[in-house]
Amino acid sequence: MEKFISHSGTGVPLRRSNVDTDQIIPAVYLKRVTRTGFEDGLFAAWRSDPDFVLNQPQYKAGTILVAGVDFGTGSSREHAVWALQNYGFKVVISSRFADIFRGNSLKGGLLTVILPQSEIEGLWTAIETDPNTSIEVDLQSREVRYNGKKVGFELDDYTRWRLMEGLDDIGLTLRKIDEVEKFEKNRAVYKPKTLPILS
Amino acid sequence: MGKALAEKVWNDHIVRQNAGEPDLLYIDLHLIHEVTSPQAFDGLRLSGRTVRRPELTLATEDHNVPTIDIDKPIADPVSRLQVDTLRKNCAEFGIRIHSLGDVEQGIVHVVGPQLGITQPGMTIVCGDSHTSTHGAFGALAFGIGTSEVEHVLATQTLPLNRPKMMAINVEGTLKPGVTSKDIILAVIAKISTGGGQGYILEYRGSAIRQLSMEARMTICNMSIEAGARAGLIAPDEITFEYIKGRPHAPKGKEWDAALAYWKTLQSDSDAKFDKEITLNADELSPFVTWGTNPGQGVPLNAAVPIPSEIEDEQERVAAQNALTYMDLKAGTPMKAIKIDTVFLGSCTNGRIEDLRSAAEIIKGKRIAGDTRMLVVPGSARVRLQAEAEGLDRVFLDAGAEWRSAGCSMCLGMNPDQLKPGERAASTSNRNFEGRQGKGGRTHLVSPLVAAATAIKGTLASPADL
Repeated sequence: MEKFISHSGTGVPLRRSNVDTDQIIPAVYLKRVTRTGFEDGLFAAWRSDPDFVLNQPQYKAGTILVAGVDFGTGSSREHAVWALQNYGFKVVISSRFADIFRGNSLKGGLLTVILPQSEIEGLWTAIETDPNTSIEVDLQSREVRYNGKKVGFELDDYTRWRLMEGLDDIGLTLRKIDEVEKFEKNRAVYKPKTLPILS
Repeated sequence: MGKALAEKVWNDHIVRQNAGEPDLLYIDLHLIHEVTSPQAFDGLRLSGRTVRRPELTLATEDHNVPTIDIDKPIADPVSRLQVDTLRKNCAEFGIRIHSLGDVEQGIVHVVGPQLGITQPGMTIVCGDSHTSTHGAFGALAFGIGTSEVEHVLATQTLPLNRPKMMAINVEGTLKPGVTSKDIILAVIAKISTGGGQGYILEYRGSAIRQLSMEARMTICNMSIEAGARAGLIAPDEITFEYIKGRPHAPKGKEWDAALAYWKTLQSDSDAKFDKEITLNADELSPFVTWGTNPGQGVPLNAAVPIPSEIEDEQERVAAQNALTYMDLKAGTPMKAIKIDTVFLGSCTNGRIEDLRSAAEIIKGKRIAGDTRMLVVPGSARVRLQAEAEGLDRVFLDAGAEWRSAGCSMCLGMNPDQLKPGERAASTSNRNFEGRQGKGGRTHLVSPLVAAATAIKGTLASPADL
């Protein structure tokens, strides 16, 4: 995974709450067996509307999505994270994310930042006033900076360290595989197995 | 201090615990399907890793599969490739798979319980957010993303941060015509789609204890619609009775040992919950959604809400957007809403009891002239059982379509989709914009309301017939 230390870019204001993962990428776009090419499905239903924020030329270069509360609810599809990344987003900022989406994003290196709703409103206004507003999202100091303003955000030390080092969770767990083996020796014998097939 | 049920199950699965790190939990059962697994298997191959415990892994084909002509090759080449990829991956890594046409094929969350492979006190994951269904057995079960699918395949564990605990007490007795679907829709309307975020929900109380296992599964299934990754119910005699004798249920001495453990799986009387809410089951009536998220619901006897009366600004804007998308006028009685398509099925309400209860309403009647009804059993076994009981004839004679098992119109990934502007009463779990087909409009309902609506052509409960 690519290391994430800080990112500077411009924002895209998505003034909607409850953007579920079916909105981020509808099911009909989930049939690919690769991790790439999902950008076409990103916000597919809204992309046909010329007024939709991603279709407005002043936001074309945006890499930081600033969304309403409860972003990423619903389906566990990690394709939602891939679609945002394939399109070019590096960061999503909202006042609340759904648990599974947030987990997926932080595994895949898409930084999700939680800020209070009042700060979201402030960012929306700043971006809409000047779409070229430079926004810096700094994981080192856990701060979002724009227009001379600094807003801190929380992220647990472990996840921050993993993102900053670009570490793969599986590799980390496999280093401790002896502990898994030890656990397995003590598992109850009555726990079900899928094999052999019983009827 | 006492412990909540979910904490007990969590603690029994900790492989490794270190301050400042997520807990590493052992996973007892990993369910997989065609949509969220291909990239995970690719990841394993790229890094030269393998599946650690194929015998704790089970695959079915459900999201993408057609529900008619299942003996023919899948018509859509992209869908076909995805299903073929699952078959190849399972063959390569030695994973049990129930493919289209197999008697055990079906929606992954219907198949697990049916095989008796879902048991109390287990950790169960699947790359599908409705994995919470298995919580009905007192298992800790939740949906994961594809990166986590790969992690479980490679290590049979997951690093997870411990969630908070919420008790949802449902006391009293449901009135006739009111179902567990109405309970969960009322819970979500009460706490909203974000209310359970960061929590594991435990459904408790006298009304829950009276429910069958299938009704309990409907409730736990929709925990994710309240924002909670998992929801569970303490196992009891109803649970043990359901599991006993199923193909993968423990037998003999192992049954006794398992049962002794399962009986410890209850929240202690002095367990502390981070949050607690209470609902009175006696006051509940059939519930239905009017908007575009599952929290936007009202009793069927009520009317479409008036957005200008909603205090919270974000909720008001969301309600206005929803009414525009749903093409509804504020104040319209829900029962005046005309329905084009009724969908009976899904991991929420596609089990045999759901089909039986709907068939009982429909028996001897005809579906309204311009309404279509699609009945999709949750698994091939449910379909066979229904046919043995003659339920297929009841639906067909009424003018409904009788299909083969799969996720079908719940998410419209296969050809079973709504057309733009079409309005559905659906026993599934999500009324998101375009969920059941681009431009389609969804009202979530119970199987009883679905059946009555099919007959009447407008949203209705059996009492309205």
